[in-house]
Formats: sequence, structure tokens, C-alpha cells
Amino acid sequence: MPRIIKNRQIVEDDWQVLALAAGETPDTVPLPAAPVLLPLSVWQARRDEIIARAAPLGVWLDSHEGPEALAGDIDRFTVIGVNFPKFTDGRSYSSARLLRERYGYGGEIRALGDVLQDQLFYMQRCGIDAYALRADKDMEKALAGLSVFSEAYQAAVDQPQPLFQRRPVQEPT
Amino acid sequence: MYRYDKTDQQIINERVTQYRDQISRHLAGELTTDELRPLRLQNGLYIQRHGPMLRIAIPYGMLAAAQLRKLAEISRRYDRAVGHFTTRQNMQLNWPQFEETPAILAELASVQMHAVQTSGNCVRNITSDHFAGIAPDELTDPRPYCELLRQWSTFHPEFAFLPRKFKIAVNAAAVDRAVIRAHDIGLDLVLDDDGEIGFRVFVGGGLGRTPILGKVVREFLPRRHLLSYLDAILRLYNRYGRRDNMYKARIKILVQALGIEEFSRQVEAEWSQLKDGPTTVPDAEFARLAGHFNPPAWETLPAEDPLHAARIRTDRAFAHWVRRCVHAHKTPGYAAVTLSLKAPGVAPGDISDAQMRAVADLAERFSFGEVRVSHEQNLVLADVRQRDLHELWQIARSHRLTTANIGLLTDMICCPGGDLCALANARSTPIAEAVHQKFDDLDYLHDIGDISLNISGCMNSCGHHHVANIGILGVDKNDEEWYQITIGGQQGNAAAIGKVIGPSFYAQEVPSVIEALIAVYLENRTDSERFIDTLQRIGIDPFKARAYAGRDRRRTAKVDSREKEVVNA
Ligand code: HEM
Ligand code: SF4
Repeated sequence: MPRIIKNRQIVEDDWQVLALAAGETPDTVPLPAAPVLLPLSVWQARRDEIIARAAPLGVWLDSHEGPEALAGDIDRFTVIGVNFPKFTDGRSYSSARLLRERYGYGGEIRALGDVLQDQLFYMQRCGIDAYALRADKDMEKALAGLSVFSEAYQAAVDQPQPLFQRRPVQEPT
Repeated sequence: MYRYDKTDQQIINERVTQYRDQISRHLAGELTTDELRPLRLQNGLYIQRHGPMLRIAIPYGMLAAAQLRKLAEISRRYDRAVGHFTTRQNMQLNWPQFEETPAILAELASVQMHAVQTSGNCVRNITSDHFAGIAPDELTDPRPYCELLRQWSTFHPEFAFLPRKFKIAVNAAAVDRAVIRAHDIGLDLVLDDDGEIGFRVFVGGGLGRTPILGKVVREFLPRRHLLSYLDAILRLYNRYGRRDNMYKARIKILVQALGIEEFSRQVEAEWSQLKDGPTTVPDAEFARLAGHFNPPAWETLPAEDPLHAARIRTDRAFAHWVRRCVHAHKTPGYAAVTLSLKAPGVAPGDISDAQMRAVADLAERFSFGEVRVSHEQNLVLADVRQRDLHELWQIARSHRLTTANIGLLTDMICCPGGDLCALANARSTPIAEAVHQKFDDLDYLHDIGDISLNISGCMNSCGHHHVANIGILGVDKNDEEWYQITIGGQQGNAAAIGKVIGPSFYAQEVPSVIEALIAVYLENRTDSERFIDTLQRIGIDPFKARAYAGRDRRRTAKVDSREKEVVNA
């Protein structure tokens, strides 16, 4: 079974990710058996049919797609994927924060795509808690990426108070 | 100056560890060249024409003497004993060894310095007024706000992979010395009608191939909302800025596409969700930060030191220097001093390790141990007693730091250009040197008076040529170096982008073209006019006509005929 990093551990995972191949359309693509992360377009085209399947629901947002599109349905999803087509495409950091901080999503947010060790720390801060590391990378080593810094200045999902609200009173070094 | 506490230090130390690990994973083949590139850029490491270049952050231009000494030591030990100050108040080392860069960062961390986010598509070094805290025309000290922004932008988890680089500048003075409208965000500290302190926020400025001045996105932002408001702007930019074309990826293009009203409306909508949240900055934090910038122990002195006044009368060379390099200070009996890094024979902004040590000594002896870097690529000692100026001048002179040309024609802003930069279309430092040769008479330079001449080796405009009275831009025609000239640009409150005067020139022609432009000014000026004033009064045509008089211009330049790889920047 494929493995992912989840809650800072390596775990086995049987969610599939559906991506539309050339020529496939959201209306007609066959839906794989659950559990599956469906493209947003498929969710939007066949919402009622998908809900009727009564399986754990999953959807994934590409980097140009926003969580606004899921607003009323957020709590139906067990897993929401956020895609990083290239690791230098930073849009999904904003999507993840919005899912947590604006839409109050409490389920799993999974990073998909070009997911690499050196971005995990930022992803974690933005509320992503599961990482489908790129297949050619060493997962054991990548875990270290979650613990690069012991403190951070900004408020974010993992630490809603910025450092200036928490800074211990001490003499400058 | 801001001093790290244990947490700040720990974060910077952890950054060094992270970077060291990234470099060793790269050398072990676990991190490809493409995977490493954005990571090393966010630690200031470029790969340039001759090899690596390391850009070291100097937050809002503030340096302690001990830090400058460390830079001297690093430049001697790991480089060729020379550093280059940039328009963004940073320092570039042009000859470090790739494998030694982790060691350099560790050395920097030992004096509370780093190279964090000095490149890459993230929030860059925050820049400000080099006279911050001492300028008579200042509303309040901008540095506590700069430091707040430094901390907010350092490893911001949401904004590390923006569409493009993001530059922020802060001004708090009546006269803008930080070119805030040439930045992605420009912050102008102002008071509202109730005397509350806040910011006029400009957005969408930038130079490069599409020079645009920033527009007001909000007339007044109370200071406590600074971070949530910037989060809102950055979030919009991160989500909707263009990523399909690197030349159209800066926020200025997004602002232009939406129009400032619509952009502003979208910012307000996003901000309404973030406002008054945990990132609201309490007064206690502003007070804590301000405490780091408490004024030094200025003495109570007479406004005019009689000895100083006497020396100005008797020592002509000293008087020349005072006229151009000594600036007003808000405290009686004190002055700020600019140490010119624009001596003939030296690339503008370059400084040797010996000079760095000399400046550190001068700072400790005469200016409370602090130095500032100006975006014009000079150094400033901000708190010198008038009565010490003469002695300081004598010592600085022995280190070639007293060229009396600040604000004059030879105080050129100049990028490293084709000598060092892989993106260059043409060399820029030889042009600067040719200007020095042509205008080597200081009396003549003083007579010409206030003028700015800036040089960039390509459209990326690192040398700020767009906002110079006379701008020189290297262009590439059929693999030859040519130079396009713009006039009428300026920085400051009346910031403006210069206009191209016509087809470009050969390198050898540039000094005489500048001379022609100056001649038109001298012939037409009234007593009180600077170059820019005369130009604005009589218009560009007389300058154009003189610049091309007697020149054959049948071969026309095509700007940017070769598209350059700018992924590195
Ligand atoms: C030698 C290595 C350098 C490289 C490869 C480099 C690269 C670039 C590039 C590609 C841009 C255009 C970015 C854009 O339009 O999006 C740029 C802009 C700029 N660079 Fe550099 N640069 C270098 C050195 C410098 C130096 C030495 C300075 C200061 C003297 C500097 C200051 C700036 C400034 C002020 C801008 C304009 C920012 C704007 O467009 O708003 N750079 N640089
Ligand atoms: S303006 Fe062009 S040549 Fe000059 S440093 Fe910038 S990128 Fe290089």
C-alpha cells in the first residue's frame, strides 16, 4: 500500500487521486471506488451523485482553484487535497490557510504534487497535516523537514499567536 | 539598533543548520540543481558569470561596528577582500566559494546577521531612510516598523513562493529618501486628523522592464493593523498574481490589470476578514521595538560649534566636503556624515576590507558605534559632533572615503553590470569610470550642483536608472554594448520615470553626450534651478537636439534583442 506522511508519521494510505486524463470530462469520467480524492470540477459537476455514494468524501484543489468553491460543503469531506504542480507555486499555502482559518475545516488537508522536504515546514504552518511526498524522495529523511525551526514569528494555523504576543521577557543577547 | 534576543538568535542559527544540510544534500546528489535553486536564492546565493555571488542582508541599512568588522573579515577570508553595497542596502560578495557559503552564514549568525530572503520570490530586505532617527524632517523613527516587518516577513509560511520578488520600503520623513514609490509596497508614516500614527500605503511600484510608480491603495492605515493589511495584500498577490510569464509577475502588473480601485476593493474585502485578529500589533510591542532604537546619549551642545565654523572658513577642501557630505541632524551640535563610496577608479558601492575596518573604527570613535548603508550605495555615520568633523574627515580622507561628491554627478548609482552579472547586456562600471574621467574637476561638479546619474547594465534596472535625472541603460545590439539614455527621472516626493531621448550610443560616446546634456542645462538655468528644474521648465527637446547634434544614428538599437534567462534572480 502507498505511504504518506501524516501527523508527523509515515503511514499506509489507500486514498487514490483522480485526475482527468486528456479527453475525459467531469461529467462522464468513471468514478473510482472510494476512498478517492476527486478533482473539483468532478465534484462540482456531480455533487449529488457523489454525496449519494455514502463513502468517505475527498476532493482536491489545484493551485489555481480556491476553497471558496467548497464553502457550503466543507464538512462533508474527510480529506481535502491541495496541489502543488511545482514546488515553487505557492498558491496552495493560501488555500490551506483559508480552509482552516476561514472555513473552519477540521479534516485532513493533504499536500499533493511536487511535495518536497524543504517545503514541509511552511506547509505544516499553513494547516496541511498530510503530505504525499514526491515518489522519488526518501520519506524517512523528509520527516526532518517538519522540525527545521523551533519558533516562528508569524501567526499561522499551527500557532495562532504571533511571537510578539508570546515573547518571553528577557534581556537581549 | 535592534539586538536579537534568544529566540531571534535561535531562529537564525536554525536557518544556518537548514542551509548547511541543503548544501550537503545537494552535494550528495539528493537535491537537484533545480530543487536547490529557489532554496539557495532565499539564502542570498546566486550563480553568476564567474561563479557564486552571495547577497548579505543589512536590514534597513543598519550596521553595528562589530558587524562591519565581521563583513571585513569574511570578505578577506572567503572572498577577494572587497564587498559591494547595493541599492537595497545589502552587501554582495562576488567571489565566494560555493562550498564555503554555509560557513559564511554561520559567521554572519555570530554577529546577528544573515542572508535570509535577499533573493527569491519572497519578501526581500525591508529598506528605509538612511537618516532614520536623526533627520530633522522626520515624523517618527521608521526603524521600529521596519523591524516589525523584518520579523513578520522572515520565513512567512504563506508567502515564501510568491509569483515574483516583493520589495517593501518605509519612509517617515517629509522628503522621501527611500524611493518608496519604486517598491511593491511603499509605506509612508503619517498622522491622521486625530494625531494617530499610521501609514499611507502605496502599492504596485517597481522598476525593471516595466517601470511604474506605486499608487495609493489606502490613505490611512492605523499602525496596529499593519501586518493584517499586508497579509491581505500579499494573499491577493499570492493567489492572483500572474505566474505564467515571469516578466508580468510582479504585483504592479496585477494592480494595473485590476485598476487601483478594484485592487483596493479586493484588499479591503480580504482584510475585513483578518482585521483585529491576533496579528493586531499592541502598543506594547511598538514600545518594545522602539526601545531598541532609543537615541544614543547625545550631549547638550551649542547649535553652532565655533571651531567648526572657523575650520570651514580656513580649509577649502574641508569646506567642500562639509557642503556635500555633512547633513543636518535634529540635535543641536550634531551632524550626519556620508562617506562616499564613489571615488574615481573604484566601482560605485565597492568597499575594501581595510575601508570597512576603518569605517568601523570611525563609527566607534565618533558615532556611537553605528553605520548605515544608503540606497545610493554610500555609508553614513549618523551622530557625529560638529566639533569632531574635521578630525573624522582627516582620518576618512586617508582611506579615500571623502570624495566630496554626494548628490553630484559622480555620486552615481551603478549596478555591477557585465563585469560580474550574468544577465547584463553591457558593462556599467566602465561607464561610471568614464564619467569620473570626464568630470574630474570638483569645482565644475559643484557648479553643476544637484543631479542624479544612474547606470544599469540591463532592463532589470538594478542601478535605478529610471528614477535618475540622467539614466543610462546598457542594451545589446548585435552582441555590441550600446547605451540608451533617459532624462527627467527623479526620486523623492516628486518621483518620476525618465524618458528615452532617442537611439542608443556607443560606450565611447556616453561621456560627451552627458556633457552635452549638462551644457544645455548650464546655458539655460536660472540662479536657483537644479538640472531637473531646468529640464522641466524648458522640456526635453533642447536636450535631445544637443545630444544627437553631429551624430550619425542610422543604426537603431533594439532594446532587449536577446531575451535573458532571469530565473536566477
Ligand atoms: C549581480 C547580480 C544581480 C542579479 C542577477 C540581479 C537580478 C535582477 C533582476 C532579474 C531584476 C528584475 C526583477 C524584476 O523586474 O522582476 C532585478 C531588479 C533589481 N535589482 Fe538586481 N540583480 C543583481 C544585482 C543587483 C545589485 C548589485 C543591486 C543594487 C545595486 C540590485 C538592485 C536591484 C533593484 C533595485 C532592482 C529593481 C527592483 C524593481 O524592479 O522594483 N541588484 N535584479
Ligand atoms: S541591471 Fe542587469 S546587469 Fe545590472 S546587476 Fe541588474 S541584472 Fe545585472
